[in-house]
Amino acid sequence: MEKVIDFLSFQDPTVRLVVAGTVLLSISAAVVGCFAYLRKRALVGDALAHSLLPGVAMAFLFSGQKDPWLLLLGAMISGWLALGAMELIQQHTKLASETSIALVLSVFFGFGVLLLTYLQHHGGGDQAGLDQFLFGNAASMRSSDLYAYGLVGMVLLVMIGAFYKELKLYCFDPDHAEAIGLPTRILRYLLNTMTVLATAIGIQSVGVVLMAALLITPAATARFWSYRLRTMLFLAALGGAVAGLGGSFASYLAPAMPTGPWIVMVLSFLALVSIFLAPRVGIFARMWRQRQNQRKIIRENLLKAFYHGLENKEAQHAWLSRPEWQEQRHLPEWEWQIGFRQLRRRRWVLRRSGRYRLTERGLAEARRVVRLHRLWELYLSRYLALGKDHLHPGAESIEHLITPEVEKELLRELDYPEQDPHRSPIPYKS
Amino acid sequence: MTIEGLYIIIAAMLIAASSALVGSFLILRKMSMMGDAISHAVLPGIVFAFLLSGSRAGLPMLLGAAATGVLASLLIELLYRKAQLPQDASIGITFTWLFALGVIFISSYTGQVDLDQECVLYGEIALVPLDWLYTGAGSAIAPRAIVYGVVLLLVVGVYLLLGYRGLLITSFQNDFAAALGISTAFWHFSFMSLVSVTTVLSFETVGAILILAFLVVPPATAYLMTQRLRVMLVWAVFWGLLAAVEGYFLARWIDGSIAGAMASVAGLNFMGVALVKQVLKRKKRATAFHTAAVK
Repeated sequence: MEKVIDFLSFQDPTVRLVVAGTVLLSISAAVVGCFAYLRKRALVGDALAHSLLPGVAMAFLFSGQKDPWLLLLGAMISGWLALGAMELIQQHTKLASETSIALVLSVFFGFGVLLLTYLQHHGGGDQAGLDQFLFGNAASMRSSDLYAYGLVGMVLLVMIGAFYKELKLYCFDPDHAEAIGLPTRILRYLLNTMTVLATAIGIQSVGVVLMAALLITPAATARFWSYRLRTMLFLAALGGAVAGLGGSFASYLAPAMPTGPWIVMVLSFLALVSIFLAPRVGIFARMWRQRQNQRKIIRENLLKAFYHGLENKEAQHAWLSRPEWQEQRHLPEWEWQIGFRQLRRRRWVLRRSGRYRLTERGLAEARRVVRLHRLWELYLSRYLALGKDHLHPGAESIEHLITPEVEKELLRELDYPEQDPHRSPIPYKS
Repeated sequence: MTIEGLYIIIAAMLIAASSALVGSFLILRKMSMMGDAISHAVLPGIVFAFLLSGSRAGLPMLLGAAATGVLASLLIELLYRKAQLPQDASIGITFTWLFALGVIFISSYTGQVDLDQECVLYGEIALVPLDWLYTGAGSAIAPRAIVYGVVLLLVVGVYLLLGYRGLLITSFQNDFAAALGISTAFWHFSFMSLVSVTTVLSFETVGAILILAFLVVPPATAYLMTQRLRVMLVWAVFWGLLAAVEGYFLARWIDGSIAGAMASVAGLNFMGVALVKQVLKRKKRATAFHTAAVK
């Protein structure tokens, strides 16, 4: 508990430094990741992260020390080689782009592992820290590292701010961007360089293996809450920051624990919450909407059946018994149950001693549904010249969807008809 | 070469052969990254199996771990269909989450789990000759990795013998297969189970990412060479076996990770074949140009 308070009070300057660094790295990766996500190249980031390993190991092999700028240079070189390899494979062979990503990822990583193990068996100096690139360890970063990586992160954010409009257009519509004369080639290189750099600094805190999460997950999460790029970038950055904070906290409590997995756990938790709870596009919102639609359809079908029953008896406001009502339409029993409950709750139907009657509002609603059905049948037969026996199914599904505006349009187009193609009267408001 | 070296090569060759067969279909179904996802996602299952059964997991336990891989493919499907995320993002989110969970398990139970963070990534093939399976009576059978490899090859072989036609048609003509009344979901998920079993049985030997190298690189090399599936399968197995042997000697020579070396040489083999292919294409084009010019 004491450690928690220690951490949260940010008294310790090393804690402050580590937290600030991790948060900044995560933010820049999350923001750059948004662009990769929008270009549907999320997994390229995964491959890139793995491919940096040989570069990082090489930099160490040649210099014999963990200088952040050299490591970044090595990472840049092997990142670019990996990107080039993927591009070459896609252009010159028949392999799917998926396959080229997996191929480059595994081969580069394998080579990186080979170099890393070679270093561990032969290298001197402080190679002990090298395997932290695999899972990340924020707490082990020295202040000189943090300044270097933090600087790169800042530069990335500034570049995105400076070229925001061009990048946005290029991500959403590259053809249009090219047509209006934007240098798309340069923009692509710019984005790729930014991805390589963001990955190179991001692996300090999450490690090579889980870097993909830092690029993809905040972007996907933010997408659930906004369709505006500006908001999306901001939310992704926020998610990255929260995760960075969580990760460095875990690393502070248990220094032996790698930071990466904890950052990923926080990110995944945020994603999970958004996937289910986001308004409009979340799974719950979707399910709720679907349910509401289904109930509306059941309700309207029951009303229609009742109206048909009334037409058979040729007396409005009359009472129907339940069998008289149900024989108009074959629906499963559970649909009748749900429908009854809905109609009663809305007070559209009255029940007395086993017989049913529509109220004023219920009758108006029933008329509306039957009217839409018959109007649509008429429209189909007049404008699409469909045969009489082909009209019903189309009308059956569209009647639940026609809005009042479309209804007005239909009425005007058909000139307020009296009868549908089957010579049934079209009910208007009485 | 020592007898230990022979054991290592045999274990690697068994894994390489089975992965080449499975991976060929993975490539044809354009699901290589699904292989990447599953190879990471089985980790929590494996750690769990270790925790439940003590240090040495039995075969039923491993199959339980393989179920995690199937679970991951279900989860990816769920994110893709229900949450309407792009497919690559669904894959990325799912496997990083499961893998992170596995790594956290490992670091929290360091004493109890006979796995460490690096072993998870590149396996411990060098330890193959040290870890033997014994009969009930206590006499040694064979190194455990080799027994697993044989089991794996049998499973893959039986599945492909029984399911070759179904797998073939759903790989090339999924819609047509569905129209014929073939259950595409059955082939999808049974194949995903096969990928999971492959991953789990090779995990300890070559690790999560190098199993991907075995699954993808030799079949991709073979894919460049032919358009006939049967020929491709044979070549894929050939390149897998070759990489296993070359990799072993490379690793011995420079004293590094054996599995890493195998992945590297597999990549070199691919590069060689792609280059030869490219040169032949140029030559053909040049001759065609030449004959056209002469006419």
